[in-house]
Amino acid sequence: MKPPPFDYRRPATLGEALGLLAEAGSGGKVLAGGQSLIPLLNMRLAAPARVVDVNRVPGLDGIEAGPSGVRVGALARHAAVERSPGAAAAQPLLRQALRLVAHPVIRNRGTVVGSLVHADPAAEMPAVLALLGGSVRLASRGGEREVPAAAFFTGPMESAVRPGELAVSAFFPALPARSGTAFHEVARRHGDYAVAGVAAAVTLDEDLRIAAARVACVSVGPVPVVADVTAACGPRPAASVAWDAVAAAVRDLVEPEGDIHATADYRRHLTGVLAVRALRDAASAAHGEES
Amino acid sequence: MTTRLFGEPVRRREDPRLITGQGRYLDDLGAGALAAAFVRSPHAHARILDVDVSGALDVDGLVAIYTWEDLPGALAEPLPLLIPHPALTHGRTAYALAREVVRHVGEPVVMVVARDRYLAEDACALIRVDYEILKPVVGLEEAAGGAHLVHEDVPGNIGAHLVQEVPGPGGVTAREAVDAAPHRLEFRLDVERSACTPLEGKGVYARWDADDESLRVYSSTQTSTSVRMAIAAKLGLPLPKVEVVAPDVGGGFGVKIVHPWPEEILVPWAARLLNREVKWTEDRREHFVSSSHERGQVQHVRAGFDDDGRLLGLEVEILHDHGAYTPYGIIVPIITSTQLLGPYRVGAYRVEFSSVYTNTVQVTPYRGAGRPQGVFCMERTMDKIAAYLGRDRTEVRAANFIQPDEFPYDQGLTFQDGRPLIYDSGDYPEALRMLKELIGWDAFPEEKARAAAEGRRIGIGVGCYVEGTGVGPYEGGHVQITSDGRVHVSTGLTSQGQGHETVFAQIAATELGVPIEKVSVVTGDTRRFGYAVGTFASRAAVMSGNAIALACRKVREKALRIAAEALEADPRDLEITDGMVHVAGAPSASIPLATVAVLSNPLRYAFDEEAKRATQFAGPASDDRPPVAEGEEPGLEGRDYYSPVRSTFAAGMHAAIVETDPDTAEIQILRYAVVHDCGRLINPMIVEGQIHGGVAQGVGGALYEKMVYDEHGQLLNASFMDFLMPYATEVPRIETAHLETPSPLNPLGIKGAGEAGVIPVSAVVAAAIEDAEGIPIDRMPISPSDLHTLRLTR
Repeated sequence: MKPPPFDYRRPATLGEALGLLAEAGSGGKVLAGGQSLIPLLNMRLAAPARVVDVNRVPGLDGIEAGPSGVRVGALARHAAVERSPGAAAAQPLLRQALRLVAHPVIRNRGTVVGSLVHADPAAEMPAVLALLGGSVRLASRGGEREVPAAAFFTGPMESAVRPGELAVSAFFPALPARSGTAFHEVARRHGDYAVAGVAAAVTLDEDLRIAAARVACVSVGPVPVVADVTAACGPRPAASVAWDAVAAAVRDLVEPEGDIHATADYRRHLTGVLAVRALRDAASAAHGEES
Repeated sequence: MTTRLFGEPVRRREDPRLITGQGRYLDDLGAGALAAAFVRSPHAHARILDVDVSGALDVDGLVAIYTWEDLPGALAEPLPLLIPHPALTHGRTAYALAREVVRHVGEPVVMVVARDRYLAEDACALIRVDYEILKPVVGLEEAAGGAHLVHEDVPGNIGAHLVQEVPGPGGVTAREAVDAAPHRLEFRLDVERSACTPLEGKGVYARWDADDESLRVYSSTQTSTSVRMAIAAKLGLPLPKVEVVAPDVGGGFGVKIVHPWPEEILVPWAARLLNREVKWTEDRREHFVSSSHERGQVQHVRAGFDDDGRLLGLEVEILHDHGAYTPYGIIVPIITSTQLLGPYRVGAYRVEFSSVYTNTVQVTPYRGAGRPQGVFCMERTMDKIAAYLGRDRTEVRAANFIQPDEFPYDQGLTFQDGRPLIYDSGDYPEALRMLKELIGWDAFPEEKARAAAEGRRIGIGVGCYVEGTGVGPYEGGHVQITSDGRVHVSTGLTSQGQGHETVFAQIAATELGVPIEKVSVVTGDTRRFGYAVGTFASRAAVMSGNAIALACRKVREKALRIAAEALEADPRDLEITDGMVHVAGAPSASIPLATVAVLSNPLRYAFDEEAKRATQFAGPASDDRPPVAEGEEPGLEGRDYYSPVRSTFAAGMHAAIVETDPDTAEIQILRYAVVHDCGRLINPMIVEGQIHGGVAQGVGGALYEKMVYDEHGQLLNASFMDFLMPYATEVPRIETAHLETPSPLNPLGIKGAGEAGVIPVSAVVAAAIEDAEGIPIDRMPISPSDLHTLRLTR
């Protein structure tokens, strides 16, 4: 469990980093928190020719929260985002989800943007980005582009990042007034990747009826599965929603696979259960904001 | 007043070192040593056609590449079959490096030595091995079918077959007793594979001294003395030229009692051949596929019982998965089939096991060593009888208990040490009474009803076991008091975190009447103590504890003899307190043990002030007696051994309350209670720690851990990401109560405690889930996904 040889570079500026990545092309890999990359290297499951360690690049650790949402820099650690009051105020789902990401020691090093680029369909942060319709900003020597979540996650562990590109930040939009969010998951052990998990966002109308309801499901498809369940939920108050029908609707939308930890059938069942739990909590949170 | 430390919760003396990063584990040693790495088979069953190393030859820093063809003499022979048994008719062991055929993924094929581990792994990646793939044999029942063979010369894949039968009253066979019983049940049980998974894997570091033609080997082992003998034999070295040291060892749990591991002889061999220090540190992936696993049984049970639930006859047929090789013999299935009986008297008993080869990692003892499977079988049987009769589960157990006045109780079987299975002492009714009180057994139905009214499902389960501990043949202890008053204790068996430095010091301090700070303990170092067996089978405290006590008593006797002469007193009037020998009731007439140590060693040369007292012109001495009296030896030291006639039998009972989520099928242990009887307690805090660790591993076995092989014999979860050991967050708080029924078999009255905690956990958790869900639980471990599936198929 020692990595094969690679060319290690630690650029001091963004320009230098982008140059090194451009040079390396498809043989380049970015090291930020290293919580996924290092194990892959040690197990020789990844063998990049060059590892570009961006930890010394200034200006990448920002967490900018505003009325429109939260922009998270490439070096912002899970723990920093989790603890940021501004981020929690602008988009409460960030903190709700980050508390489910692995363990504190991993969150101290791992980065939010790194988790997005890693694009594990069992991970929480891709689901959050997908649910909120956020985006990832990719920089290369040629310039920058902003890729929306729907186009960013292209497959299991595959994202829209091209060779030579560095994901410099991600943007998590805020929700309209009278909105609430929640994240529920079942993991085999505390902090493990979820067997199934659901992030939900609910927006109420002025009469406190559900005006919009969406879920993003993890571990049940190649990418986070986003479903709009507004029609099944609304427009009616949360208390009079036919939740069984909502669960059934979500179950029908996912195509999970079985593995050594759970059957496909169990994952599907669980996704229905967790969707209802998350939606009800999100609706309650939306109420809370109103009162 | 004497210093009495035996029985006190003395804080573990090793902890400051171990928990502040000051431990010296295998990989902390030999910083400049060459590194070994291995090319291991990627196939479960294959013939090696060709090994092409040419691609690796250009790796900078490569030192050597070895295959089986390079191994000389005894090194080229199969590894030893450590514990032969007449029933093991087809025992097979691996070669240190595979010869012709590989029989499990992970079997070592090529050894590479390089400047560091990175380069060694680079070279490994460049070595090409051509294989002809053979049909892999995976799965117990498939293997027992015998359609394809793991070893060409082992028909039906059956390595061993053993029947033990204890007739009932009037010589009735178990079959007859079951058939004639008023009630009968027949069922099948499955227990998955698991593994010890110590946090530190195996490791070996060898230093050859060419000038001295001697070898020093450090190994992360549970038996340094036996590794030493194996290395000397395999390398053809005189035993005194080989020393083996077990440094701090980060857990063993059984896997490190197996020896010699291929690496344990290959690394020293290469060190000698290359005249360089060589080290191999096992990585996690290697540990999963190239060490040992355990558990893994299918059991078919027939039980006959009366209206009170008394077992009149019990027949058990066991298929035991032995993996690809049997280096540790058939100890595991023997323990399952004998310890299955637990605290119960059974009318007539017949147990039959077949030990089956599969193309998977070999099976050798893992903490509990076959008992968790046996206890799962018996306790599931008790619960099924209770359910069948509609009786309380503890009543059925109580109806079958061996009673306190029936000891010694002969179960009529032959135990793992080849000796009769005779229980020495115990009080099972009292243990059950204590447990029911601790968990609140009688009040539980009310609690369950209350929970049900809130839409919650909770259930309670109980499980009992008896554990044969402290198996022979022997251990020894050496105790030396030096002229600075320090007490040096050594024993040959090894430590893997049990707290031996503390408990052995407690014993020595108590026996000798010295402050514990004066006592130091060394284990597992053949330079200090050459004769030993090893640390396994919950035996260290019983075996070395008693041996050290006996050695201390010798030293004490000698100290009193010498002190009596110096104080002109009768040795029978002397006591030792706080390191001072004094006349009982007259503390002023005293002499420090340090001085006694000086006087014990008549000197010609004084090396310090104290030593002057022992030189030839220092004081009056009898002219007509030799300075060292007849029958005496110089020095204040003693050595003794403890070799018991048979094992001593600890016992315990656990109960758990679990909650299952009606929607997600998640399983949570709400409470876990343990009543434990290991005879006299040397250190109750350490015993509780052992129980906690054992229960934690038991929770792993009950709810999380399994080795998932696919049909090709690939282990699908060979990492800590997918092999789910419980975290602290998954282990419940454990409530413990101790019962002490001393063992009549040894001077200290103690029984073993090391494995106890793990033994009944699967049975207990299965019972509690069954109670919560009303679904029979016959297969462990059980995951939420499994429970969900069971709910759908009920």
